[in-house]
Parts: sequence; C-alpha cells; structure tokens
Amino acid sequence: MLTVAAWISGILLGLATVLVIVRIMRGPSILERAIAMDVLLAIIIAALCIDMAVAGHTDHLAFVVLACVLGFIGSVTISRYVTDRRNS
Amino acid sequence: MWEMIRDIATAICLVVGSLMSFAAALGMLRFPDLLSRMHAATKPQVLGLLLLLMAVALQTGSWATVPILIFAWLLQLVTAPVSAHMVSRAGYRTRHLNRETLERDELDAVVAAHSDRED
Repeated sequence: MLTVAAWISGILLGLATVLVIVRIMRGPSILERAIAMDVLLAIIIAALCIDMAVAGHTDHLAFVVLACVLGFIGSVTISRYVTDRRNS
Repeated sequence: MWEMIRDIATAICLVVGSLMSFAAALGMLRFPDLLSRMHAATKPQVLGLLLLLMAVALQTGSWATVPILIFAWLLQLVTAPVSAHMVSRAGYRTRHLNRETLERDELDAVVAAHSDRED
C-alpha cells in the first residue's frame, strides 16, 4: 500500500515540478520566479518527507527544517531588492 | 489491524499532500497575475507540509521526532505570511498587478496620502 501511495505521489510531484519549471522559464517578472522557486522548494521538501515516510527513517529531518528557513530568506531577499526602474 | 490502519492513513496523507503540490503548480501555470499565483503557491507550504509531516510521524512511530516535526511546521507557518507579504509589497510597488481584477484597493489611498505628506 505504501509503495503504491509513494508511486502516485511521486508522479504527482514530477508533474508539479515540470509545471513549476515552465513557470520559472516563462514568468514575466522576477517576483513570479521567486514564488515559483518557493513552490519548487516545497516540492523538494515533499519528496524528502515521502522518502522518510516510506523508508521509515528520519535522516532528512534536519534538511526539512533548513529548507523552510532557506525559502523564507530567499524570497524575502529577492523581493527586498526589486525596485521599479521605470520611474527613476 | 493497527498496522493496516496506520498504513492507510499514511498513504492518504502522502497522496493528498502531494496533490497540494500539484494543485499549486497547476495554479502557478494557469492563474493570470501575481496575486492569484501567490494564492495558489501557499497550499503546499502549509497544508501540504502538515499532511506530509503527519505521514512521517505516523510511520516513524516515535515521540522523539514529533517536536522537530512540529517545529518545522511552525517555522513554515510563521515565515510563509512574512515572505508572501514582502513579495506582494514588492509586486504592488512595481505595479505587477492587474487593477481591473481588484474589487477594492485600500492600499492605494494610504500610499497616496503618504506621498502627499512627503511632498
């Protein structure tokens, strides 16, 4: 049962990754790319959690905590330095 | 018996949690502008992460990991609104929003009043 669930969620996450990468390539502004990178990081966290749940270990736990902080710092830093150059 | 119930609950958590990521990616691709894309992007960050961490907690089955899982989820819960606020603020300032789709723009009056005072 767990292997079937892992396959289904793996396929869903793979499709989600493709869609997010299309948005990162296409995204009209850098802010869209920042949000899409956040979603990509959430997908990576999801894959780590699925691996932990199926294999029954807790090796990736530190990286899950770290990735939450990393996404926050990344998007805040990017949006801090986005300015409107059309006015200046 | 309990093993099977635990496995079924874990499987449901895994599939629904990754469905959240898929829904967010679909919303990122299909929604028209920055603000609605941000609405889609927060689904896997909060609810999806909660479901997947619940699956991890069910399968490892030890109380020692539960505080770390709760810490990871609370961290995401606290930081997701802050980063969304920063991104939407930058999006508003750089006019990456479609004015026709807004019902009401309360920030417009505040920004206008502030720029009047500065002048």
